[in-house]
Amino acid sequence: MSRWKTIALPGWGRRDRAPQTAARPERVAEVRAAVADGVAAAGGVLARGRGRSYGDQAVNGTGRLILMERLDRILSFDEGTGIAVCEAGVTFADLMRVFLPKGWLVPVTPGTAFATLGGAVANDVHGKNHDRVGSFGDHTAWLRLLLPSGETLRAAPDENPDVFAATIGGCGLTGVILEVAVRLVRTPSRTMRVAERRIRDLDDFFAAFVAARDTATHSVGWIDALAQGGAMGRGILETGEIADHDPAPPVPPRPRRVPVEFPGFALTPLSVGLFNAVYRRRVPEGGRERAVPMERFFYPLDSLLDWNRIYGRRGFHQFQCVIPDADARAGVGRLLEAISAARAASFLAVLKTLGGEGRGMLSFPMRGYTLALDLPHGSGIPDLLARLERITLDHGGRIYLAKDSALSADGFAAMHPRLGDFRAVLSRLDPDGRLSSDMARRLRIREDAA
Amino acid sequence: MTGETWLILGASSAVARAFARAAAERGDAVLLAGRDGDDMARTAADLRTRFGTPAGVLPFDAADTDSHAAFVAAARQATPGTLNVFLAFALMPDQTAMETDVALALACIRTTYLGAVSVLAHLAPVLEAQGRGRVVVLGSVAGDRGRLPNHIYGSAKAGLHAYAQGLRARLHRKGVTVTTVKPGFLDTAMTWGLPVPLAAPPDACARACLDAAARGREVLYFPWFWLGIMTIIRAIPERIFKRLSI
Repeated sequence: MSRWKTIALPGWGRRDRAPQTAARPERVAEVRAAVADGVAAAGGVLARGRGRSYGDQAVNGTGRLILMERLDRILSFDEGTGIAVCEAGVTFADLMRVFLPKGWLVPVTPGTAFATLGGAVANDVHGKNHDRVGSFGDHTAWLRLLLPSGETLRAAPDENPDVFAATIGGCGLTGVILEVAVRLVRTPSRTMRVAERRIRDLDDFFAAFVAARDTATHSVGWIDALAQGGAMGRGILETGEIADHDPAPPVPPRPRRVPVEFPGFALTPLSVGLFNAVYRRRVPEGGRERAVPMERFFYPLDSLLDWNRIYGRRGFHQFQCVIPDADARAGVGRLLEAISAARAASFLAVLKTLGGEGRGMLSFPMRGYTLALDLPHGSGIPDLLARLERITLDHGGRIYLAKDSALSADGFAAMHPRLGDFRAVLSRLDPDGRLSSDMARRLRIREDAA
Repeated sequence: MTGETWLILGASSAVARAFARAAAERGDAVLLAGRDGDDMARTAADLRTRFGTPAGVLPFDAADTDSHAAFVAAARQATPGTLNVFLAFALMPDQTAMETDVALALACIRTTYLGAVSVLAHLAPVLEAQGRGRVVVLGSVAGDRGRLPNHIYGSAKAGLHAYAQGLRARLHRKGVTVTTVKPGFLDTAMTWGLPVPLAAPPDACARACLDAAARGREVLYFPWFWLGIMTIIRAIPERIFKRLSI
C-alpha cells in the first residue's frame, strides 16, 4: 500500500486547483506499488513530472497521480555513443548541470529546464532548433515503460516500435515512463552567440524566417501580440549559434522568484502593451549581437521562478499551434488578428519554425510555423480559444497538447491522422483503460471517435 | 578525490540519497548500505555518472543485529581511506497501529534504536583505531520529548540521542567527532500524506548534516527554528503536557 496525499496539483496555467490524490514514490519499488494501487482506483492513474504542461494533461482529478520527481538518477553515460540513461524525473536542469561542464549537450530542450525527461517524452518536446534536429523523440534511444499490468517493457525504434511511437508524445497514457535513454551531442562551449534584430511586421517576420531557417541553428521570434493593423506581427527575431569557445568562465544566472500572485487588475492591454513595446525597443534599431550562457538563451523565463503567478488567481491558458508552411502566413495572420481583436492582454507571443513530423503517433510537430502565447483567463477567453482552434483547423494545423486546455475532442481527432494507430496500441497495453487524465477524458483520446 | 569515504546506513531514504550526492559532489567516496539493492545500485550509478567519484553498495539490515559484525568488517575492507559514517535509517510505523500491535512497536525499536546502537558499537573500535573520522547520527525532534502522537518512535530516538552523546565522549578521546542532527519534519516518503506543517526539503537537511560534520558540531536542529520549538515543548510541565496532544 502506498501512502496517498490530497494536494492541489494544477497545470502550469493554474486554472484548476481542485485537490488531487497523489503518491510521490522515492524508489522504483514504490512506483510499482503506487501503480498497483492506482490502477485499482476509480478514475485510473497517471504519472506526472514537474507539472510544466499548462493545461490538464498532467491532472487526473477523479483518479490518482504518481509524482515522478524523486526518481531523478542518471544511471549511466556512454562517451562512445553519447547515450545517457536517466530515470524519468531527471530534469533538463540536471542534464545541463552535469553534462555541460563535461562538454555534452542535450540536443533538444524545451523552453524550461524544470521539465522532466518523462514529460519531454510524453510531449515529444521541441526547442528553438527543430528545423535542424527535430524533437525530443528523435534523440530518444530507448525508454522503459511500466504497464498497468505491472509488467515493464523496453521500447525503441527497433524494439516494440509501435509502443515507442505511441509513447513519444503519448501524454503518459501508454504506461509510466521509468527510464529514458537520451542521446547527447558534443558541444565546444556552453555559450550561445545570439543575434537580435527588430522586425517591422508579419511579412517582414516570414521573410526573415525563410532566411534564418537555412542559416541559423536556433531561431525564435517574439511578437507583440497586441499590435494591430500595419504593425501586426512586429517584434524581434533572435538567432543563436553555439560559440566555438567560452569567452569567460560562465556564471550560471541566479534565479529570482515571483513572491505573490499579481492582482487581477495588474494586467491590462495598456500595461502589457507597454511591456511589449519596451521589450522590443531594448534591441537597438540596427540589431545587436552578444554572447550569453546557453541556459539564458534556452530558458529565458527560468530566471523568474513561479512566473505563472503573474497571471493572478484566475490563472491563464497557453495556446500553441503549428500551421503548415504553405498556409502559414495566412493562418498566423488570422490568429494574430483574432487575438488582438479580442484585446486579450498577452505578453509576447512566440513564433518559431518546425522542420517536420515527429516520431510519435500523437507528436505535435509538422513542417511549418508555430505560434505560442499566454492568455490570462477571463470571460471572453473560451470563445477566443474556440476561434483559434477553428482557424488552426482551417489551415491544416495542429494544437500542442503540452500547452492545451481548451481543444475539442473533434478538433483533436481531426488534427491527428494516426490516432487510430495510437488507440490500437492503447487497447493492447491498457485494455481496461486504467491510465487516464483530465485531458484524455476531455479529448476522448481513448474512445473511438463518435 | 579527498581520501574520505562515507558509509551511508539506510541509503535509500531521501535524506541519505541527498547526503550521498552532497558528499560525492565534494569528491568523497560513498558506500551505500541498506536493504533495497536495486535502489542503491541506481543511486551509486548516479553518483559515479554525475561526479566521477567511487560509489559502492553493501547489503545491510539494521534489524538483523547478528549480521553487523561481518557487515562492519566488509565496510572497513571496502574503504581505502578514512571511514566516516552517516546513520540515516529508522522505522516509523503509525503510532496507533503500534499501540494495538506490540510486535510492530518492537520492530520500530529494534530498527531505530537497537539496530543503530548495534552497528555503531561495531563501528566504534574501527573508528577509534583510525584515530580520525566523522559520525553523523540522524536523530529526530521526536526524541526530545515523549509526545502522545509519536512516542514509541520518539522513545527509540531519545535512546539513540543518549547513546550518541556517550559515543561522542568516547570517540572524542580518539579524534573522531559525533554529530547528532535532529530534523523537524522533512518532506520525504516518511511524512508524505501525513498532516505535518513546515516540512523542509531533504537536500537542505543533507547539506546541513555534511556541514555540521565538517565543523564537528555536537548537536544540530534542522531547520534551526526547531531548537526554539523544542525548547518550548520541553519546558511545559508534565502535569500540563499529559493533557496535550501535540
